[in-house]
Amino acid sequence: MSLIEINNLKKHYISGDETVEALRGVDISIDEGEFITIMGQSGSGKSTLLSVLGGMNHPTSGDVEMAGVKLYQLSAEKLADFRAASLGFVFQSFHLISYLTALENVMLPLAIVKMSSAAKKSAARQALERVGLGAKLDRLPNQLSGGEQERVAIARAIVNNPHILLADEPTGNLDSKTSEEVMALFRELNDAGQTVVMVTHNPDNGRYADRTITLRDGMVV
Amino acid sequence: MQLHNISINNLRRRKAKMAFLTIGLMVGIATIVTLVTLTRSMSSDIERKMDEFGANILITPQSNGLAMNYGGISLGGVTFDQREILEEDLARIKTIANSKNISAVAPKVLGGIKVGSQDVLLVGVNFDSELKMKQWWQIFGDAPKGEHELLLGSDASRVLNVSSGDTLQIRGETFKVAGVLDQTGSQDDSLVFASLEKAQKLLGKEGKITLAEVAALCSGCPIGDMVTQIAEKLPDARVSAIQQVVEGRLKALDQFKRFSYAMGAVVVFIGSLIVFVTMMGSVNERTVEIGVFRAIGFRKSHVMRIILLEAALVSLLAGFLGYAVGMGGAKLALPFMAESKNARLLFDGWVAGGSITLALLLGLLASLYPALHASRMDPTEALRAL
Repeated sequence: MSLIEINNLKKHYISGDETVEALRGVDISIDEGEFITIMGQSGSGKSTLLSVLGGMNHPTSGDVEMAGVKLYQLSAEKLADFRAASLGFVFQSFHLISYLTALENVMLPLAIVKMSSAAKKSAARQALERVGLGAKLDRLPNQLSGGEQERVAIARAIVNNPHILLADEPTGNLDSKTSEEVMALFRELNDAGQTVVMVTHNPDNGRYADRTITLRDGMVV
Repeated sequence: MQLHNISINNLRRRKAKMAFLTIGLMVGIATIVTLVTLTRSMSSDIERKMDEFGANILITPQSNGLAMNYGGISLGGVTFDQREILEEDLARIKTIANSKNISAVAPKVLGGIKVGSQDVLLVGVNFDSELKMKQWWQIFGDAPKGEHELLLGSDASRVLNVSSGDTLQIRGETFKVAGVLDQTGSQDDSLVFASLEKAQKLLGKEGKITLAEVAALCSGCPIGDMVTQIAEKLPDARVSAIQQVVEGRLKALDQFKRFSYAMGAVVVFIGSLIVFVTMMGSVNERTVEIGVFRAIGFRKSHVMRIILLEAALVSLLAGFLGYAVGMGGAKLALPFMAESKNARLLFDGWVAGGSITLALLLGLLASLYPALHASRMDPTEALRAL
């Protein structure tokens, strides 16, 4: 059985007098443990698809079923709980909290989880060690390089052991060498069993994935 | 890591930002505290000055004789054969429960006397207390200092044809006219004032007084209570409040207080707006951060708790600092604002508690709307990325 089932997904936006059809009937099935890259030109609908997958953007029609849960049949707060328990996000601009250290940023998703402080700290430390930042726990984001910030963002996304790791252009702001290191890290996480869905512009990133889905004008091609 | 750690770390590590926010709130609160305290202190100063201005309690002998008029005020029967008050009895006024409210006691002895060919009313007064009470007196010349110096009303000076520096003979003794009063429009214009002791000797009333005027500070003490207390101490005297004066003062004070409350309301409103705008700006700046919180699964209530806890901590700090700075400002400004040099700054627990509570309420209220707005935002929209 698939981990993610997307059926006839449509998302329309109203922009002034115009209706923009960002997604026009997308059907995708993703298995547990897969590494998927979603590619396409700007405006093809890939970021919209990722946000719908992440339970943050209600579709106009169609279903998203994840680990047996129909996401958009949940209330807004239950959906937030689902995100907290089952999803990990890596944003293009990292979006680390500037006033929290690397360790605290990674602990952020655990702030709303009932666990002892020691257990939270230990989980965050392990996540940072997995991404190779075990020595920079107490650094603030502005004391880290772009690649290191990306790694902290990845550690934050995996600290709650999510079903699915969603990444939006994770190498968009990195140089090519750092991009390769980050992609290798995603691959490594996937090899360890983590399902990864990544939106990317860069065709080179496709070689790290098991499968690439290409979107054009809101449809899978 | 708990939700409150996020708030505390934000305050701890973004010191400059938090300092600006605190200062913004503090300025609003300090402005309110300064103006409210100044208004209250000035109100109290004016109240005290008004209390010192003229008498509001009159002590006359118990008498069934004919009334004699003094300054439009009905006195007890002031006749030569009537009972009089012993000067030494007046000391008992200082022993009443509200003795601290007594600003001045001005004893007087009255009696008709011949100066040259004119009959005049001689008034023996204690010049220190008399001048303190009658601050509207304008003297041409000097206030009398010695036993043989007189102060003349303007009409008396004209009728007796003397002015300051001249001398007068009364019962064989020579007196110097130290000063002449500018016209007051009252009975004072036709009187001749001498020192109390000298007048008592001239009138043959040693140790006796005809009446005493008392200037009582009404603030915090109903004048009626003081009248009763004095009457208990002086059973042979008639003690009455000069209602016209008391009512007039209360009315003037009431008007000033109403004005100060109106001013206070305007200040609180403006201060609240400053606080509101500052907090709104601060929360709105954090839209992306709130988007991240929501994206990683924070509920709306979690976001609200983080923002409101920060607002509460900043507001409390701003409340304490605002009160301290506001009181400092009021202390510096009071000497320039108040008329009397010894105006006192009023320390009021209500202003302290009120300003801190107000800071807290305003901070929370001002954060509530933007926090609600932010927590309801679509995380995608907040992040503008995904």
